[in-house]
Amino acid sequence: MSSPAAMAAVVLLPVGVAVLALAAASVNGAVNARAEGGAVRDGFAAPFRETARLVRQQRRTLPGADSLLWRIAGAGLGIAAVLQVVVIPFGAVWFADLPVGLVWFNAIDVLLWALWWLLGWGANSSWSLVGGYRFLAQALSYEIPLMFALTAPAIGAGSLRLLDVQAAQHSLWFVVWMPVSFLVYMASVVAFSSWGPFQTALGPDIGTGVLAELSGIDRLLVLGGRYAVLVAGAAFSVPLFLGGGSGPLLPGGIWVVVKTIAVLAGILAVRRLFPTVRPDRLAEIAWVIVVPLVLVQLAVVAVIVGVNRGAL
Amino acid sequence: MTLQLVLLVSAALFAIGLYGALSQQVVVMVMMGIELMINGVLLAGGALWWFLAPTPDGQTLLLVVLAAMTVEMAMGFAVATVVHRSRNSDMTDSATDLAG
Amino acid sequence: MIVALMFWAFAALAVAGGIAVFVVNSMARATYALAVSFVAVGAMIVLLHLDYIGVITILMMLMEMAIMAVFMVMFTGMNPALMPMDMTHHKRRSAILAAVVFALLAGAIFLIPWPARIGSPAADLTRSLGDAIMGSKMLVMLTISPMLFATIVAALVLANPRGRYDRYGDRLDRRTADGYPDPDDPIRGGIGR
Repeated sequence: MSSPAAMAAVVLLPVGVAVLALAAASVNGAVNARAEGGAVRDGFAAPFRETARLVRQQRRTLPGADSLLWRIAGAGLGIAAVLQVVVIPFGAVWFADLPVGLVWFNAIDVLLWALWWLLGWGANSSWSLVGGYRFLAQALSYEIPLMFALTAPAIGAGSLRLLDVQAAQHSLWFVVWMPVSFLVYMASVVAFSSWGPFQTALGPDIGTGVLAELSGIDRLLVLGGRYAVLVAGAAFSVPLFLGGGSGPLLPGGIWVVVKTIAVLAGILAVRRLFPTVRPDRLAEIAWVIVVPLVLVQLAVVAVIVGVNRGAL
Repeated sequence: MTLQLVLLVSAALFAIGLYGALSQQVVVMVMMGIELMINGVLLAGGALWWFLAPTPDGQTLLLVVLAAMTVEMAMGFAVATVVHRSRNSDMTDSATDLAG
Repeated sequence: MIVALMFWAFAALAVAGGIAVFVVNSMARATYALAVSFVAVGAMIVLLHLDYIGVITILMMLMEMAIMAVFMVMFTGMNPALMPMDMTHHKRRSAILAAVVFALLAGAIFLIPWPARIGSPAADLTRSLGDAIMGSKMLVMLTISPMLFATIVAALVLANPRGRYDRYGDRLDRRTADGYPDPDDPIRGGIGR
């Protein structure tokens, strides 16, 4: 990674993730406003108003709170999002093409386990702690399906390097013949962002859980970091399942951003179709139904790769 | 980064882990000490692999050490749960006798 | 040069994290100090060109520390926040023993005449590991698999309080004469709840 590329990575990637996160929050606000019958324009402006309010708000702490761990966890969400995005190849331009890029993404999304629990623990508040535990209970359910779902593109490409995974889709995108993997991956991305149907960690029945004691810039970091991780997961699905930077006319990097926006739009559109899932119910569904399905998907992919001597 | 230096670091981790495993009273802290020891062994295994014999067989041994770490943690937590349930304590000192 | 600097940084982080585990006041801080130590060891393993094993170590250890923190909080009888805790026994004896072991190991490391390197690393180490696991070393994986399964079963048996078999005996799907389930269990087992 040359030095201009390193400078570009340090500046471009966090800014890009932040801009997309703000846009996703904006559209989410608009969708919510439309569903609740309010003005859609107010919904679009909601994250901007909230940001302005939180930047001015006073930070709060509690007696006996473990501030070191709490603040680290709050700032860590955004950092985890950037770490996930740094291995993505943007067409012919890449910042850090690790030979084990897929496993790196998996390691960072396990870092999120630690971050969400520390957010719950650090506040020294029982509602926050319950939120942190709810996230761990949910994470135990989605992690194994996620790991198996990430293995399918690796089998298809015969490599853990993202450039190879992207190159193996030159004739047919992986999403076409690995649909179960794609769906499980997208559900896991929503789950590790504590968003949509998997936001029991922030549920209103426990006083907004992990967010209960956060205020000011810390709350902004967590709310923004949540959307940043969602954007990072959506962006990672592009080289994995949607062919990376392939596409006519525009350069590869632009296509990656366009496809990320398309995936984000898809998630935002279907979010309100699903109610919030309880972690103990999710455990049964994940272990008894989803894991066998993903294993069958892996077997199908392996047979196809073996018969075809490579990807389709 | 020579072989001796990496082995020295892993010996330091092993020694710290040994101190923890011997001196801590809480079962979970003893497990942390044992984890540090196995971590030292993992690092030493990796160093010996790279500097002495970088063939694929050695990497498989490292995977076995990782599996041993996982098994140790799982059984340690199960034992801690049982001790806590029967004696209502998490100290190793209260679990020195086999009788209830 | 960069590699040497990074190695010393990670080594210092690993040892400092290891010491911090037994020095800090709070259970959660001890657990995450151990996590920092493990991540540093995983990074050192990546520096030794073992990419896959290093990143897998980081992944597994972060997950284990998250779970360990849950168990820590569950079993500690006292307030697990920032309170000075010193629950140790035989501190001096263990410290002396640990120092002696370190001295012996360090002596051995510097006095053993290490042999020259045999063989050379493959071009793609991850692929060669995969070929070894699926080919010549498949017996290792076949042995680990029932061992892990036995661990799951043993851990569940140990951790489960009196289960449904203990409470209601054999043949849990028996029915009364009217067709109602005979063990009238308020917490029905099985799936589909």
